[in-house]
Amino acid sequence: MAYLRAFGSWLPSRRVSNREVAPLVDATPEWILEVTGIEERRYATDADTIAGIGLLAAQNCLEKAGITAAELGMILVASGSSDRFCPGPASQIAASLGLASTPALDIPVASAGSLMALALAAQLAPKLGRVLVVGAEIMSRRVSLTPEGKNTAILFGDGAGAALVDAEKGFARIADSCLFTDGAAAEILFVRDGHFHMDGSAVILQASRKMPRAINELLTRNRIAATDVEAFLLHQANLNLITRVAAAVKAPRERFFTNIDRYGNTSSASLLIAADEWRQGLASALTGPLVFSAFGAGLNWGALLAVPS
Amino acid sequence: MEPQARILKVLQKVTGKEISPGADESLFVSGLLDSFALTDFVTGLEEEFGVAIPDSDLSARKFDTISKVEAYLAAKA
Repeated sequence: MAYLRAFGSWLPSRRVSNREVAPLVDATPEWILEVTGIEERRYATDADTIAGIGLLAAQNCLEKAGITAAELGMILVASGSSDRFCPGPASQIAASLGLASTPALDIPVASAGSLMALALAAQLAPKLGRVLVVGAEIMSRRVSLTPEGKNTAILFGDGAGAALVDAEKGFARIADSCLFTDGAAAEILFVRDGHFHMDGSAVILQASRKMPRAINELLTRNRIAATDVEAFLLHQANLNLITRVAAAVKAPRERFFTNIDRYGNTSSASLLIAADEWRQGLASALTGPLVFSAFGAGLNWGALLAVPS
Repeated sequence: MEPQARILKVLQKVTGKEISPGADESLFVSGLLDSFALTDFVTGLEEEFGVAIPDSDLSARKFDTISKVEAYLAAKA
């Protein structure tokens, strides 16, 4: 068994509004809001690192779970914007948590990395006990605030999220997951020369078909109606995309938690930041299924189902 | 019904407008389609013509005009 036990997050204090971004990319604040649903995003400082902000989210998660780092069996860290490719931030986060031998693995998959890490953690937890999943991104260093970089500059923000997957207890049991990869379309979303490149139209086209398909596959094989899902937690890529996914799976839009208006697209961190905020706002115990879904570089995408414990 | 008329029927349903663009008029340049609407357009074409359009064919270039859509569907038949 594997359970979702706690989430955590950390966001930089610096708010960057559409009004600040718009003139740099030759756009208007209203247009940015219309095409993305984003009103502002957060930017890290020059002193921040992926490992540093990932550590803060990890500590927040461990505190909420009421456990120490020494009780972890493994750490998985998703990031598509890490400062250093090899070794990535996972080992640094583990060391900063005071761990000298706990395995810590990087998952360098922008946007979909934390979903993949959650699905892997669910498989690993029965053997390793508690698996900490971290998603940390400083995307502001991977975009160009110029008219040429407009389609990524308007979207991305910085932040980190975390989740604790526990073999023994939690508020929801991870019941199933499905992961997919299609490398043939990898060129529509990638990092090169330190900058993120994205064919926005192609990404929207692919994501708006693949995410609903993954969600429907998961729900169908678990005999759950989309209308019975209590909450959908998606990678906060674009508000319009989330609305399209809701329509495609024929579930009420209000069941799809969103915070992209305040944080922008924080790539692989967004799913966990959203989960943490959703959980903090949960008035009572979970009573229905919970569905996670993400789409990102690779292309990688998928969905994960959790049910009340 | 001729293929172009059926394609137009799907396009009108997706856009919600009684439009009749020229066969070679760009549906994107004219603002009739964007990335989100194209997804609905492709799904509508699959239902109308009984074909499966793979994700690898999801390119605005292939569905930019009614003529291109007609040629694409003819090749799939």
